[in-house]
Amino acid sequence: MRTDSLPAALAPGFTKVVVVASAIVVLAALLQFVGRHGTPLGRRRATKFSRYLLLLVLSVIVLFPIYITIVNSLLAPDQIAQRPPLLFPTHPRWSTYATAWTTGHLGRYLMNSFIVTTLIVVGTLVTSIAAGYAFAFLEFPFKRTIFVVFLSTMMVPLEVTFFTNLQTVVSLGWYNSYVALVVPFLATGFGAFLMRQAFLGVPGELRDAAEIDGLGHLRFMTRIAVPLARPAIAALGLFAFFAAFNQYLWPLIVTKNDQYRTVQIGLKYLSRSQLNNINVTFAGIVLAFIPLFVLLLIFQKQLIRGLTAGAVKG
Amino acid sequence: MLIFAVFVFYPFARNIYLSMYSTPPFPNLPSQFVGLSQYGQVLVSHNFLNSLWVTALFVVYTVPAGLVLGLLLALLAHQKLRGIRAFRTVFASPVATSVAVASVIFFTLLNPQVGLFTYWLGQQDQLSVLDNPTWALVAVSVVTIWQNVGLAFILMSAGLQAVPDELLEACEIDGAKRWARLRHVILPLLSPTIFFAVVVGTILSLQSFGQIDLLTQGGPLQRTNLLVYNIYDQVFNQNNAGRAAVMAIALFWITLVLALIQIRLLERRVTYAN
Repeated sequence: MRTDSLPAALAPGFTKVVVVASAIVVLAALLQFVGRHGTPLGRRRATKFSRYLLLLVLSVIVLFPIYITIVNSLLAPDQIAQRPPLLFPTHPRWSTYATAWTTGHLGRYLMNSFIVTTLIVVGTLVTSIAAGYAFAFLEFPFKRTIFVVFLSTMMVPLEVTFFTNLQTVVSLGWYNSYVALVVPFLATGFGAFLMRQAFLGVPGELRDAAEIDGLGHLRFMTRIAVPLARPAIAALGLFAFFAAFNQYLWPLIVTKNDQYRTVQIGLKYLSRSQLNNINVTFAGIVLAFIPLFVLLLIFQKQLIRGLTAGAVKG
Repeated sequence: MLIFAVFVFYPFARNIYLSMYSTPPFPNLPSQFVGLSQYGQVLVSHNFLNSLWVTALFVVYTVPAGLVLGLLLALLAHQKLRGIRAFRTVFASPVATSVAVASVIFFTLLNPQVGLFTYWLGQQDQLSVLDNPTWALVAVSVVTIWQNVGLAFILMSAGLQAVPDELLEACEIDGAKRWARLRHVILPLLSPTIFFAVVVGTILSLQSFGQIDLLTQGGPLQRTNLLVYNIYDQVFNQNNAGRAAVMAIALFWITLVLALIQIRLLERRVTYAN
């Protein structure tokens, strides 16, 4: 067995890829050279072209795993095994997606994921807004201590507590249910913290004016503070959506059958299926990927805000 | 309003209580009390030290590489070119992949019989890279780097956007070379972002679990037995919650130091964004 001789055993296919890649890099370098020494007009065009080329090559590399997954999901199992590999589906088989949806249980998994994710997002927003508001506008005993306690929960990751939490869930009779999947994530220190910061940005005079107008805390919060903090709320909501949808460890241990498994866990079982079903696995990956990709396309700006503030990904 | 706060606070109190509860080596188990002596045993055991070493290696493999790639992509995408927004979306797109999506993609592409990458690596019908003691951790790292490169790109882009354009234009007028501009102007200004990304990336790497469960199950020869996977393995396969608890506490202390740094940075960044 040649287990340790990986670099020495590069196949012709791999060599080809390396050759093409180096050719492109050389071309880009050449264009850069022209860009520096040619006529002004040629120079500008050449640099521009080389930049596009570089961006394009990197895009291809970054996107390739996703691209080849989509292609393979549209091929028949024996076409996937074909050598040299097919890099484009000539006769796309869309029926694979139907198979993945029904026999692959992707429909069920995705529905579970959406139920769980929606509940977590709504729950997180409600508790974070309420807690954030309390920390920003209310005076109550031990405020500072409670705030520190909130923050400290951020330092105890699920990876540390997962098995004790599992015992709790089991003893409460929640094992293998939506409750188990949702409840532990209904409140987060990070959300409360983010919302507090957002509400601190609301001018104090507004609160004073509202008080004079006889607005209670609840009405001030829902009518004035929340609309003003909308960007932060959107960022937190998207962030919570991504984190909840992508969870792996917790859903893995608290579910035991397809009735409650989320799509991430479903993928694990799908990936263990037979070779003659490998196209279904690829279709399952695509189905699991699409929801977040669409969200990314629509809400790129808000999402980036949320990620740069939190930067935790499941 | 106070009721609200109490409602929120309650699950937290529970959570903390629970996490503290795991501190004694035997939570809820009808086992003998051996006190701290178990700590000594576990912390010097080969199994734990191996995990620690592998986890450290994994962090070293994934964090700097992810960071450099993210920075490179961010620098390239920070140009005034037509259609640059499309490239930005492409570079950010791995952010939409979960651990499971990324791992299963590579798991299938590395399949010993039909995997495309297996074929390109010339390993067809041989031992899978993921079962190879020398290469398994590297393979898992590559998957992780790819999955996280979108996040690194987004963080770095946000950092770059904060660098004032006038400053860069001034450099151009001064005729500063591209490399000098990067080293002496951009990198120093980006250093808070880079620091933040290092801390976040390290925490993420330390807590990695999904890719191990999906790709290697800690094998071959425990070469990919990262700390969190080891804890999981102790609980669910070895039935040793006591050992797991000790390791969880160790993980907690390691993460704590990093999390403290993160929160300090977070406070600064968020206040400033609002």
